[in-house]
Amino acid sequence: MQIYLPIAEVSVNAFLLLGLGGLVGVLSGMFGVGGGFLMTPLLFFIGIPPAVAVATEANQIVASSFSAVLAHLRRKTVDLRMGTVLLVGGLIGSALGVWVFNILRSMGQVDLLVKLSYVIFLGAIGGLMFIESLNTIRNTRKGKAPKRKHHTWIHALPFKMKFRTSGLYISVIPPALVGVFVGVLSAIMGVGGGFIMVPAMIYLLGMPTKVVVGTSLFQIIFVTAFTTLLHATTNYTVDMILAVLLLVGGVVGAQVGARIGVYLKAEQLRILLAVMVLLVCGKLALDLLIEPAELYSIGTAGH
Amino acid sequence: MIRALIFLLALALPAKAEDLVAGLSQNRIAISSSFDGSEILIFGAVKRQAPIPEGQLGMIVTVEGPQRPLTVRRKDKQAIIWVNSAAVEIDHAPSFYAVNTSGPLDDVLSNTSDLRHRITVRQAIRSVGAPMDVQDASAFTDALVRIRERQELYQLNIGAVEVSDQTLFKTRVELPANLVEGDYTSRIFLTREGAVVAEYAATIDVAKVGLERFLYTLAHENALIYGLMSLAIAIAAGWGASAMFRYLQS
Repeated sequence: MQIYLPIAEVSVNAFLLLGLGGLVGVLSGMFGVGGGFLMTPLLFFIGIPPAVAVATEANQIVASSFSAVLAHLRRKTVDLRMGTVLLVGGLIGSALGVWVFNILRSMGQVDLLVKLSYVIFLGAIGGLMFIESLNTIRNTRKGKAPKRKHHTWIHALPFKMKFRTSGLYISVIPPALVGVFVGVLSAIMGVGGGFIMVPAMIYLLGMPTKVVVGTSLFQIIFVTAFTTLLHATTNYTVDMILAVLLLVGGVVGAQVGARIGVYLKAEQLRILLAVMVLLVCGKLALDLLIEPAELYSIGTAGH
Repeated sequence: MIRALIFLLALALPAKAEDLVAGLSQNRIAISSSFDGSEILIFGAVKRQAPIPEGQLGMIVTVEGPQRPLTVRRKDKQAIIWVNSAAVEIDHAPSFYAVNTSGPLDDVLSNTSDLRHRITVRQAIRSVGAPMDVQDASAFTDALVRIRERQELYQLNIGAVEVSDQTLFKTRVELPANLVEGDYTSRIFLTREGAVVAEYAATIDVAKVGLERFLYTLAHENALIYGLMSLAIAIAAGWGASAMFRYLQS
């Protein structure tokens, strides 16, 4: 069934969009990532204009994250206090990110910088997570208990706060900084930032994996809602019909994903996420390295 | 002297021996949610006061979408990666352009007529100035035509105009699904030996209707309300799915 999208001004297959939304929704519920880093390139691929794809994707992430967060809230795997600290950092960060983005745009080549930051961040994080999870799996097979660092420099910082759900008593500075960093990246790369926040919470803050997913989703809802409003009021690029099709598939997928996630071990979850991140990274890197079939591209004037 | 001039002018501009009357199957195309491309039938006849003149008859029908400025960019290899480098601004490029002819383009249209009436797609695209560092500006226009031809936005349909008894003609123009809103112009040219002898033009109004119209207007005129509405839908859908799954499990 073909459907015409009023803002994107293209006609696409409605079932294809429902399917894509569902698939990305499952991943989002399982891993606590918004799925933007997967969905946005997929939307480019089926012919949605990039500006519309990025803005509408932000709107869809709001829906799937909200749906998944409700499932996590009922299982009490959301650290609301930690989420709020991350959120405050995130909003500051995304404002900063928009500012940086505009500077880069006035210098030209913003496309390339966005792609390069995708390749670098996805590659680094995917690689680290993959190696780390492999080691954990190997160690548990050998019967060694996984090591957990207890006292690092993070514990020496001031403004300590008790995060009961995560079982942590640490300074608010590291989580706030993580929030700012993710906010900046999400504004530049047009994603929720879960794929960076999840590993940052596990490895930098030492939060338990089960709590990480729900907390990450909680923060993503607000950051992407902010982004959606920004895009809708400045660029008029949010396509409501496209968003509805994606999110109907997405919210159902997220519920399924959150339930699958319960049955998987933390290391397995992490290694799957790592593989996916590396795949997307590889695809983007190839696009930059291999000579494209069509060297020319058409863009709107003045950009 | 003056008489001679008038005589010359009269020779240069003979009274029109042939004229065109034409009609379109639709003057208005409504883009609704289920819009999946459309087809226009363009038909008509050649009106004559005198016997059929000499010279090979040709018929060309064009349909042109609204003009929009755009930028064509080219990638170049820098170090190890492919990067957009050179760019050329195109001041006028139709968003859609179809040319249907009754025969091979060289037979039905001379170069001078093409230049004067801007009939082929290359004449319809106007690029005023390429930057100094771009040597081969025409390669960018070629690329634009190539990419749009692949998307079926630019079409050249040789022999698509059926002409019977040098008088009646009809043709069909396929409009693709990725159509832009605006006023489309259809032009019909009657040629003899490649020179245009008669011309007819009509407009086709392409507009969004119903829900599409409502959302488009809201998004542009009440952006904040539109944005909040999008968020409300997202939250409601998220909550709805969660509640539904809970109900299904219990």
